[in-house]
Amino acid sequence: MSLVFAGVCSHGPGITGRSAMADPDDVATLYAAMDGMREALQASRPDALLVIAAEHFANFFMNNMPAYCIGMGEEYEGPIEDPEWLGVPRTLVPGAPDLSRRIIERTLQEVDVAYAQEWKFDHGIMVPLHFLTPRYDLPIIPVNINCQGPPLTPLHRAWTFGQALRKACEAVPERIALVGTGGISHWPATPDSGRINAAWDREFLERWAANDREGLLAYTDEQTYFDAGQGGFEIRTYIAVAGATEGCTAKVHYYRPIPIFAVGCTVGIVNLEAQA
Amino acid sequence: MSLYYLQKVLYELNRDPGLQDKFRVDKAAVLAGYKLDEEEIEAVKKPDIGLLYILGVNGQILMHYAAMCGYTWPRYIQAMRDALAEHGNVRAGLYVTTDGKGAI
Repeated sequence: MSLVFAGVCSHGPGITGRSAMADPDDVATLYAAMDGMREALQASRPDALLVIAAEHFANFFMNNMPAYCIGMGEEYEGPIEDPEWLGVPRTLVPGAPDLSRRIIERTLQEVDVAYAQEWKFDHGIMVPLHFLTPRYDLPIIPVNINCQGPPLTPLHRAWTFGQALRKACEAVPERIALVGTGGISHWPATPDSGRINAAWDREFLERWAANDREGLLAYTDEQTYFDAGQGGFEIRTYIAVAGATEGCTAKVHYYRPIPIFAVGCTVGIVNLEAQA
Repeated sequence: MSLYYLQKVLYELNRDPGLQDKFRVDKAAVLAGYKLDEEEIEAVKKPDIGLLYILGVNGQILMHYAAMCGYTWPRYIQAMRDALAEHGNVRAGLYVTTDGKGAI
């Protein structure tokens, strides 16, 4: 079929784990935006959801770190974190191994991607799924871009990876939804947690919504580290979605810096009919 | 100093409930499988979350380990801030702090 839905959202563990510590209005508005994303996703009637994540050492370590990996499992368990700490119960999430295999085979025509038949989900996938597929009844295909352990894949390769995923989606008969998850500027899991560069975030999101390839690929890791923290490296997930939806504009439905959640919380949906 | 193996044991603990069970019974036996110095072994066993941060453990690994050890979020953040005051800045890795004050 093709891509029937594409969007991006935040995945900070505080979104579910520290909601009681947050301003009720922040919680209510963010959760409403995530509910809106779920409704749009459901309306697209997907057969499977590809989640482009920036996993946090749940599966991959510096002994064998793939720049890109796609899951090919029958099922996935998550979260690896203490469920009470994360605020998300541990569960099994259905996979789609045959569809995964076909998508991987097609993606390999363009990009050397690793695959994994075992994969444990951390907050990077479980927090989005908590809102987007709360009954865990939609097959998930996890996709990872290494955003945590340098050396990291260049941004232009993340764009190319997104393009390759799009071609793979077009090559299969199933209806595919795509969600990229990551923070924009943030200094997660450090004493600086809660620091957010909202101006930098808004500029990035403008470029993302305009599908501005040149603008998105102009960032350097050195400057991103300075302006947007370690967490800023996760822009690769948003850039991959932009590459997968090249030529289409998007709408940022929600952006609000929420320090207790450690990120500028974001929900964005691509208009697959709109040309940039 | 063996930051790679320090992070590796925490990575493997974080994702493996079976290893967590063994660790709770006999920490030394689990840690013996990794090339760690005395400071690192004591920091993991205690656990001294603040010192692990100063030693350069990636925050994503450390955050999960702190949760595994029952740290609440405020206690986790405070442990790192206290360690900065006691030991000075992070010695290695990607998670060198800026001012350590955050926004909360």
